[in-house]
Amino acid sequence: MLTKEKAADIFDRIRRFSSADEVEAIFTGSRFALTRFANNTIHQNVEDENSIVSIRTNFAGRTARSTANQFDDESLRRAVAASENLARVQAPDPDLLPMPTAEEANFGDPFAGEGARATRFFDQTASITPADRAEVVKSVVSIATKHKLMTAGIYSTSESCEGVFNSRGLANWHRQTLAEISITMLGDDSSGWQKLNSPDVSNLDAARLAETAAKKAIESVHPREIAPGKYTVILEPAAVLDIVGFMFGDYSGVAILDQRSFLNDRIGTQLFGENINVCDDAAHPLQAGSPFDGEGMRRRRVQLVENGVVKRVVYARATAQKMKNSEYAAKVGPIEATGHAFPLPNEIGEMPLNIVFGVPEKSQSVEGTRTIEQMIASTERGVLVTRLWYIREVDPYEKIVTGMTRDGTFLVENGKVQCGLRNFRFNQSLISMLSNVEAVSVPARACGEESFDMVVPAMKVREFNFTEATKF
Amino acid sequence: MKTAGQLALDAASVRGVPYADARVVAIRNRSLTTKSGRVGHASESESLGIGVRVIADGAWGFAASADLGRAAVEAAATRAVEIARASARVKREDVRLAPEPAAVAEWTTPYKVDPFTTSVDQNIGLLLKVDAEMRAVAGVTLAETGMNFQREESWFLSSEGSDIHQTKYSTGAGYTAYAFAGSEIQKRSYPNSFGGQWQNRGYELIEEMKLVENARRVAEEAVALHHAEQCPEGTATVILDGSQLGLQIHESIGHPIELDRVLGMEANFAGTSFLTLEKLGKLRYGSELVNVVADARQKHGPGLGTFAYDDEGVAAQLTPIITDGRFTGYLSSRETAHTIGAARSGGTLRAEGWNRLPMIRMTNVSILPGETPLSLEQLIASTDAGIYMETNKSWSIDDKRYNFQFGCEIAWEIKHGKRVRMLKNPSYSGITTEFWNSMDAICSRDEWTLWGTPNCGKGQPQQVVGTGHGASPARFRNIRVGSAYS
Repeated sequence: MLTKEKAADIFDRIRRFSSADEVEAIFTGSRFALTRFANNTIHQNVEDENSIVSIRTNFAGRTARSTANQFDDESLRRAVAASENLARVQAPDPDLLPMPTAEEANFGDPFAGEGARATRFFDQTASITPADRAEVVKSVVSIATKHKLMTAGIYSTSESCEGVFNSRGLANWHRQTLAEISITMLGDDSSGWQKLNSPDVSNLDAARLAETAAKKAIESVHPREIAPGKYTVILEPAAVLDIVGFMFGDYSGVAILDQRSFLNDRIGTQLFGENINVCDDAAHPLQAGSPFDGEGMRRRRVQLVENGVVKRVVYARATAQKMKNSEYAAKVGPIEATGHAFPLPNEIGEMPLNIVFGVPEKSQSVEGTRTIEQMIASTERGVLVTRLWYIREVDPYEKIVTGMTRDGTFLVENGKVQCGLRNFRFNQSLISMLSNVEAVSVPARACGEESFDMVVPAMKVREFNFTEATKF
Repeated sequence: MKTAGQLALDAASVRGVPYADARVVAIRNRSLTTKSGRVGHASESESLGIGVRVIADGAWGFAASADLGRAAVEAAATRAVEIARASARVKREDVRLAPEPAAVAEWTTPYKVDPFTTSVDQNIGLLLKVDAEMRAVAGVTLAETGMNFQREESWFLSSEGSDIHQTKYSTGAGYTAYAFAGSEIQKRSYPNSFGGQWQNRGYELIEEMKLVENARRVAEEAVALHHAEQCPEGTATVILDGSQLGLQIHESIGHPIELDRVLGMEANFAGTSFLTLEKLGKLRYGSELVNVVADARQKHGPGLGTFAYDDEGVAAQLTPIITDGRFTGYLSSRETAHTIGAARSGGTLRAEGWNRLPMIRMTNVSILPGETPLSLEQLIASTDAGIYMETNKSWSIDDKRYNFQFGCEIAWEIKHGKRVRMLKNPSYSGITTEFWNSMDAICSRDEWTLWGTPNCGKGQPQQVVGTGHGASPARFRNIRVGSAYS
């Protein structure tokens, strides 16, 4: 694995090989292992180790990037030359800023670059062996066998590092571990699913996840078909994550400037219900990932939505400067670099990637949190959804998305789960959905397949728009 | 490079494994974009490493390393064996590989112009010219273009004696004009959405695409969509352009015929398939006009699924998938071939790169064109009432590949054989087999294009590979339209 010291040595050589005004190097490295099982058998089992350096050069506003995974002098010289050749032929970009200094990137905090305040590296995760993973899978298979089910899923572990160095003295470094378990339990005509990840493997309870997935498969056996239409739904956190994830690319200064955001002309308005609060907070204890962005800037906490009103979006440094001089400046709330940039150069600028939903403030018009069980108990007729699948955007401004339910869809009647249902297709506006939230649970760390990991609640939503049913 | 591969095989052999293979892969990529008059990004990348796959104690293990030094390669092979032995702790039966003769071969994608010999200046100049054409149209609020080249050189060696050296080139380009007005964002893309057109060819593909010539028309259509009527909701005759039909094939034929999905191996992520084994040879998949093949051979065309050998050393093949409407074939591998009684793999195992395990992937899954000469305009002229849809905008399908919904960028209402008005936000949906059984016309070879889908995701960890889909425009009856906005 790369260390900060090794990376510093590589960066020194890159600087020597480059004639650019400025040079930046982004390092990423990982040792990743994944054990995959299906039909109650381990059928794929992999491990790889790779480190990458991505070099950006800048000649008076002309910038480009080249990436390599070999660190001998010849490979680095070739990568530097590729970056410089790409940069030199371009016209200068008037919006490009000098690379940030360490002080600017870390907002004057000398320890910020070390990632010391939020340790996300756990030896017990990094030291997991193939045999350890096999034993966990064996225990999951034994639960499937006990319930006369088949199981499929993954158990992965990784250690990784990320660093941003530049010729103005920035040298930020982060390392972390991650363990992830995803389990599907399959019956003859039903299925259930659970997934969870954490930097600390001790937070994962494979047996509990397997039992929950099995319970869903058993309880949804012989699913009934009911007519599509508008239903009250109870979306478990993974389902919420996967669908709401489709809007966060729009909470970006560049998206506003490009007029491709659904927030154009809507910032500062009551867009969602009063019980919706969302921030982006890389330092949240349930979050994972690096404390700095693609330019090395420390990720700041940003309140995106407060009591249903969209307050602001996030900014890379250059985007903030451009926004201040734009026609939108008076309409978009606070404008400042927030530490959410993608590596330069890029077209999309920035995006919040550490979403944390807030607990609604209880008031006359807003309920406090409810458990999923309480949501079910308060529902006369509705649908409980475990997971959503294959979500795609249908309309970018009304934020209509389509997709399917999957692996555990249930009919709720008279306050109780009655039976499994055949899966539905939905076509749902996210604006409408977040305006129709009747109850939320305490937010939890969740992960799905369609969006990035978040801290999200379960939600009870009225008038969720199922447009078709499928055959299973 | 071959030395590293042989070192890996030797290290695995010492540990007594019955089978091992090694792939050394070197990938070079150039990616260029522009956005509204400026370069969006300009980047190149190189990646080199080795992946070692072994069977030990009847189970699979795979390990990969970016370090091609002796110690690292031997360590990767040793690790692969250790991992395989761990896999064997949870197995129901031993892995069985269909026999395959050892192959010794050299192959390179046929191309006229190595794209990496073209200057970045020239590449960006072309994209900026397209960009200027789009932005010359009043109402265009954002213009995006992109161009990509990739060169993938691989050395495959196996303990059975295979020694295969392949070099594949792929090239792609495309652009999109956006128009934001009122409460709507509309867009039009050329020659296809989500990255344009891609093939396994050199720079000559870019030169043939007429990128500049079409830019203004495409931009004008993006603006015009704001004044178009909404696509109605109901049941209609639908004609799909070739690019949209290519994606329809990808989602509702290409994925469900993957034998690993059918066997439940992808159940946790990508899903399974409605095409259970007893349906082979029996299911009426589509109307008698529907003939689909999976063909990785060069003679099918320069698709993203074209190669000489797959990533476990099996020669490229043609597999009839749907023959006169009947379901006749799956995509298979050496491990899965026996489950359908096949003596040999269908040759479809591919990996994203050196550090990923090869898995069953679509090659070029294409619908064959109609034999009777029929142009798109003739097809429209023969349609009394319907909707002609062009260029994909959104796509979604369930995890068994029954229920799908697609949105397109633009449509035209057809009345009495003529396009009478533009429609915005068109969408259609249905059930896979009902849809393909409703096809009653398909255009002939002159309208057939081998489209490239560069972004097909599958597997855990997810691997993105390119697939090819030949298609010409076709007509479908009694299709549900407009439900995306219902």
